[in-house]
Parts: sequence; structure tokens; C-alpha cells
Amino acid sequence: MATIVAEATGQAILHEEHEQSFLRKYIFSTDHKVIAIQFLIYTLFFLMIGGLLAMLMRYQIAWPARGELPLGGIFPESMVASGYILPEFYNALVTMHGSVMVFLAIMPMLVGVWANYLIPLQLGTHDMAFPRLNMLSFWAMVPAGILTLASFFVVGGAAGAGWTLYAPLSARPDLTGVGLGQILWLVALVFIGLSSILGSVNYITTTINMRAPGMTWMRMPLTIWSLFITAILALLAMPVLSAAGIMLIFDQTIGTSFFLPEGGGQPLLWQHLFWFFGHPEVYILILPAMGFTSEILSVGSRKPVFGYKAMVLALVSIAFLGFIVWGHHMFQSGMNPMLGLTFTVSTLFIAVPSAIKTFNWMGTMWRGNLQLHSAMLFAIGFVAMFAIGGLSGVFMASTPVDIYIHDTYFIVAHIHYVLFGGSLFALFGAIYFWYPKMFGRMMNETMGKIHFWLTFVFFNLVFFPMHGVGMVGMMRRIYDSTGYAHLQGIEDTNAIITWAAFGLFASGFLFAFNFFWSLKKGRKAGANPWNATTLEWQTPSPPKHGNWEEVPVVYHGPHEYSHPDVEDKDWLAQNERPDVVSPAAGSH
Amino acid sequence: MAHAATAGRVPERGLDVYTQKVGMWVFLCSEVMFFAGLIGSYVVLRFGAADTWAVPNEVLNVPITAFNTFLLICSSVTMVKAFAAAQAGDQRGIKVYLLGTTLLGATFLGVQVYEYVELVLHQSWQGSHGFTPAAGLYGATFFTMTGFHGFHVLLGVICLAWATIRAWRGHWGADNTHGIEVLGLYWHFVDLVWIILFTIVYLI
Ligand code: HEM
Ligand SMILES: [Cu+2]
Repeated sequence: MATIVAEATGQAILHEEHEQSFLRKYIFSTDHKVIAIQFLIYTLFFLMIGGLLAMLMRYQIAWPARGELPLGGIFPESMVASGYILPEFYNALVTMHGSVMVFLAIMPMLVGVWANYLIPLQLGTHDMAFPRLNMLSFWAMVPAGILTLASFFVVGGAAGAGWTLYAPLSARPDLTGVGLGQILWLVALVFIGLSSILGSVNYITTTINMRAPGMTWMRMPLTIWSLFITAILALLAMPVLSAAGIMLIFDQTIGTSFFLPEGGGQPLLWQHLFWFFGHPEVYILILPAMGFTSEILSVGSRKPVFGYKAMVLALVSIAFLGFIVWGHHMFQSGMNPMLGLTFTVSTLFIAVPSAIKTFNWMGTMWRGNLQLHSAMLFAIGFVAMFAIGGLSGVFMASTPVDIYIHDTYFIVAHIHYVLFGGSLFALFGAIYFWYPKMFGRMMNETMGKIHFWLTFVFFNLVFFPMHGVGMVGMMRRIYDSTGYAHLQGIEDTNAIITWAAFGLFASGFLFAFNFFWSLKKGRKAGANPWNATTLEWQTPSPPKHGNWEEVPVVYHGPHEYSHPDVEDKDWLAQNERPDVVSPAAGSH
Repeated sequence: MAHAATAGRVPERGLDVYTQKVGMWVFLCSEVMFFAGLIGSYVVLRFGAADTWAVPNEVLNVPITAFNTFLLICSSVTMVKAFAAAQAGDQRGIKVYLLGTTLLGATFLGVQVYEYVELVLHQSWQGSHGFTPAAGLYGATFFTMTGFHGFHVLLGVICLAWATIRAWRGHWGADNTHGIEVLGLYWHFVDLVWIILFTIVYLI
């Protein structure tokens, strides 16, 4: 708040901050592009950490009796003893895998990286509305990351009550054996909330008020639309999580009992608060991905996005509906069945705009001149994987079905089809796509394609069988499933899944290698390597501090590919003067 | 790069409101949700409570808080006056009213601290000594909601103090009112939240 006021006092942020010190230029920078790259490095690091945690989990699931893990020196004896992952540590692994992936990897990568990078560039502004606030939103993530990592090494280990933090498990140290670790994670969560709220204020304000002349709402690229709607969701949902998280911290530390029945509190209240945040959160995690996909598919098919208006309407209605479906996570919680029914209905409704988007993506590709580069492959992969995840969502939305599959690996399959197959595929696509703009060089295509196919194959090998394992009744978050009569016979499937998971993790390193290798060795990219229309491609790669010599003027919609009136090329940049190109082209 | 005026069409460029003000409105939306989370939980817990909720008057010192509420409302008035003075370029008015708002806010905080100390040290709760956040749901919700409000007042007072110092340096004037207006928005919001909290925590 203070910063908004500070920036309101007339100390306008000047763009001629030439000759900055190293510190101001790369560390405490207010340049949205530098902040985006900081976020990118941060989130890729945590993506790797989250992945490592998952590998440990998969090892335990496949070979619970084997031991042999050389982790003794790294983690304390109370976590890993003589090569065995202990149950408490397994709890921490599931919890922190989910938490790290959602809050420190995917969410800041979708929003922190791309909203920061693309909003000013695609809207044609010099920077964000509040550059210092923007810097703060990155630096608030730093204590969050440190606390998270530190929580693994404190007495009792890292949080172990699941990423959903259900009380009373999360509120009473005696139930999980985790005290400080849980508190550290909750404090980290408050920092993450702060970062995300500050960021959202920036993204929303910039989008509302700083668009380049001629950049009307209906000329905004779909990426911007989706990031804008996402920011609204984060703005309204994160504070509720922060409030709930703070109450949970109080339950842990100063003896309140908001969520503890023995003190009169209500565990169910936690679930309502968490999911009131939680479902909008899952849309925070997918809407930007939908935006990137729309953009990449359109560029890669050399066609305008099919049904641009419908896409925008679908985004808006998803955002609205997203706030009234949270109860579909609570069918089993003992809430009133009538309430369950309304949540079923509202959830089924939300599948409609999701389906509209899916069909529009196919419409965009239909008879397009497909350019199957890595970014495009990942975008197409996104559509396919999201369709599977969305469909399993529809199953779960109906209460009678969900009672059967709730808390099984079926849910794990669903969330990974939407979050990995969905969000992360789109993120890989986005990185391949905008890397040349960020760093001035292309990523290596061969490595990119191999990365895609490895990821695609291993991903499906890992997560598709989980539907089946879940239907058989394997509980999610289970430490050792071999002792249950009804789970005999799935050991081999679990071992295959684990091997595939190792492959999936390993293929991430190909990506990482490509990423760093291309920084130095990648083919030099011109300003517009994809022949794309949106504004960011009409400025040098990488854009200079301040982005534009002069703010561009926008004359056209965002995705004018294969425009019939343009003769010498198959695209029409948003800022191309109509009289220069052809008189008819601008009249849309 | 094209930069001439658009051919005949009016370029759309945001709202007719300056960016900082939009930013503050947006930020306040998120603040609304934060307090909605706390207040909503309070409502759920209070109506779900097995035993009857404590009567505010027995535990809390309502008269002194009513006086405190009055102070905060006055501070909103002086805030409006400060903005009006800024618009009119009335340097003396800016100083007086900003200082007044700061002092009123600070007094509010002082009274709240006094109230907390009294409750924790001298009030009794269900037979035991001291009314703390651990004193049942009643204590938990009371201290959480009023505490977070107090924290917001504290932030406001810090910004106000800083704006006041700038007033003495002649920073504000008819051509430089935005900071005061934006700070005012925040301050009125904090005030409004208090009126809601006072009503539901102290009165009903
Ligand atoms: C067509 C759209 C969707 C529908 C109808 C849907 C429906 C559901 C339902 C009913 C559940 C609760 C299942 C249970 O716990 O028993 C669920 C869980 C979940 N969904 Fe979705 N979903 C959809 C899309 C998404 C998307 C796009 C994401 C994220 C990108 C997502 C992420 C999740 C996650 C993370 C959970 C598990 C939460 C937990 O840990 O319990 N879903 N979904
Ligand atoms: Cu949901």
C-alpha cells in the first residue's frame, strides 16, 4: 500500500535510468522484463525441487520394502533411516511436492513470469503501472522460498498435512509430529499471498489503464485477456487464503482454536475457506496456459483464433463460475447433500466454457497451415491433455461418482492431466515461443522436439494408469499400499509408473540443458522469428529498457494471420498503419 | 514504426482516472476479500458455536471503544479536508489536516493498545484471569479481527506521518494532490471496516 502511495506522489518512474549499477539492473531491478526473468529462474529451480520430491515419493510407492536410498547424509535420521523413507517423511514429501509445485513453481511461472513479461510488451507500454510494487512482488517470493526449503531441516520436518492443509491435522502438531515445519510453510504462504496480490494489482491496473492507443479491449491478445482474468481471480482469492492461513498459524502458535473442534472451532470452516480459494486457484493455474495456447496455436496455424469473442466470454464466465463451485471438493466432508447437489450443477456448468475453448482451439487449427515447431507441439499437447483432464473432472463433479473415487489416485490423475499436461505443457510451449524475445536467441529445435516427445510419452505413461489404479481403490497419499487386500496386483503398474516418472524427470534436464545452451549457442533470433502479429514482436529481441522508443499505435486485432487483403505476407502486425498496407485491412 | 494519430478512430486508452487511483481501488478489492474472510469466519463460528456467545458489554469496554470509533470517524473528516485543502492549494490547511488525521489515527491505536493491555491483564474470562486470544472462539475472533484492523491503521498512520512530513516540505499543492487522494481512499476504507467491526463485535 505504501508503495502505491509512494508512486502516487509524483515521483514518476523515469525510464531514462541509464547507467544503472549492476545491483539496480539485475538484482533490484524494476524493469518488468528483468523481473520476469528472475521469476523464470526462481520457478524453474522450484520446478526441479518439486520434481525431486516426486521422485522420492514414486520410489517409495514402487518399492516400499527396498530401502537403499542414499539420502542419510542429507536428511536427518528421523526422516530417512538406513535407506528407508519413514512415514513422516513421506507425508512431508506429498505435502511439499504439491505445495511447491502449485505455489512456488507453476503459479509464479504462469503469472509471475508471463504476466510480467507480456503485459507491458503486448499492450504497448513502457513498463508496469507500479514498477517498484512489481519488484516487491518478486522479492516477497524469496523469503517464501527460503522458508520452504528450510522447513525440511527443522525438528519434525516439513509440513505433512497435505497441500490442502486440512485441519485439525494441520493445526495440531501432536497429530502429524510436525510443528515448526508447518508454521514455516504457512508463513511462506502468507508471503506468497502478498506477492501474488501485489502482482495482481499491477497487472490489473496496467491492463485497465495503460494500453497503447488503439489497443481496445477487443484487440487485446488472448494471453492478456487470460492473464487479466487470472489476476482478478488471484486478487480476490489469495486474500481469503491468507486470512485462513493466518488463523491456522494462530491455532498453531497462540492457542486459538478456529479450526479445532475441542475448542469449539470448525474443521469444516477450514475446508470452505481453503476451497473458496482453491477452486479459483486451479483456474489461476490454467487460464494463463489457455491464453498462451490460443496465441501459439494461432501463430502456428497461421490463422486467427477461432471465435475470439467466444474465447473472451468463456474466460469471463469461467472466472465467475470458478467462485461458486468450491464445494465439489467437499462432497465427502459431511456437508449438506442439497448443497452438494448445487455444487454438482455449478461444476457441470463450468465444463461448458471449458469445452467451448477446446473446440475453438481445434477450430483454430482446422485446415491451418500448421508449423509443428516445439512451441506448437506443446500447445497441441496441451489441448489433448486438457481435454482428458477436463473430462475426468466432469466425472468427479457428480457426487455419486465422486464418493467412489474421491481421495484415490483417480484424483491424482485428474490434477496432473490439467496441471502437468495442461499448465506445464503450455508453459513449456510459452518458453519455447517467447524465449527468442527474452534472450534474443532461438532454443534448439531438435532438442525441443525430442523434449516434447519424451515428455508427452512419459507423461501419459505416468498418469494415465493412475486412473485405473485409482478406480481399483488405491488411496492418494498412501505410504505403503502393498498391505491391502484390495490393492494386490497393482504393484507392477506402480513400478512401471515409477520408471516412467524417472524418465519424465530426466527429460526435464534436456529442457534445462537446451535452455542454458541456447543462451550462448542458440541461433540468433530477429525481432519477429515467428512472423507474429502482436506488439512484442514489433520491437527488437530482447527489447531495450523501456520497450519502445515511442509507444506504438494499434490498428488491428491481435491475430490477423492469412488476412485476405494483405498480399506480400500472411500476417498483419497490430501496429501496421492501414494506409501503408491496404485500406480495407483495418476495417474490422 | 507507425506513430501518427489513428486514421479517424478514437484510440481507447484506459479509464479517465489516473493510474494510482485505479491501483488503490484494485488493491482495496483484495482488502475487502481479506476482511470478508475474517468476518465470514467470525459469522460462521459465532452462529455455529454450541454455547451462547459472550455479551460484549461484560468483557469489552464498549464506551471507550465507542469514543475510539468517534475518533476514527473524525479522522476521515479531516482526511477529506486535507484533500480539499490540497486541491485549493491551501498549504496551511494541508499541514493542519494531515497532522490532525495522523494524530487521530495514532490516538486510535493508543487507545486500542490500552484496551488490549487492560483485557489481557485485568479482565477475567470464564473464571480465569486475563482475556487473551486463547480465550475461546470469542477471544480468538476478537483479537484477530480487531488486531488486523489495527495493523491496517498502523500502516495508514505511518503513511500519514510521512505525508505530513512532506506537507511541511511543501510537497503537496493544487498540482500535486494524487498522493493525498489515494491515501485518503485507503484511510476511508480502514475507517469503514472499523465501523463494521465495531457493530458486529462490540454492539451485537
Ligand atoms: C472441466 C473442468 C474441471 C472440472 C469439472 C473439475 C472438477 C473437479 C472435481 C469435482 C474435483 C474434486 C475431486 C475430489 O477431490 O473428489 C477436482 C479436483 C481437483 N482439480 Fe479439477 N476440475 C476441472 C478442471 C481443473 C483444472 C483446470 C485444474 C487445474 C489446473 C484442476 C485442478 C484440480 C486439483 C488440483 C484437484 C485436487 C484438489 C485436491 O488436492 O484435493 N481441475 N476437480
Ligand atoms: Cu475445483
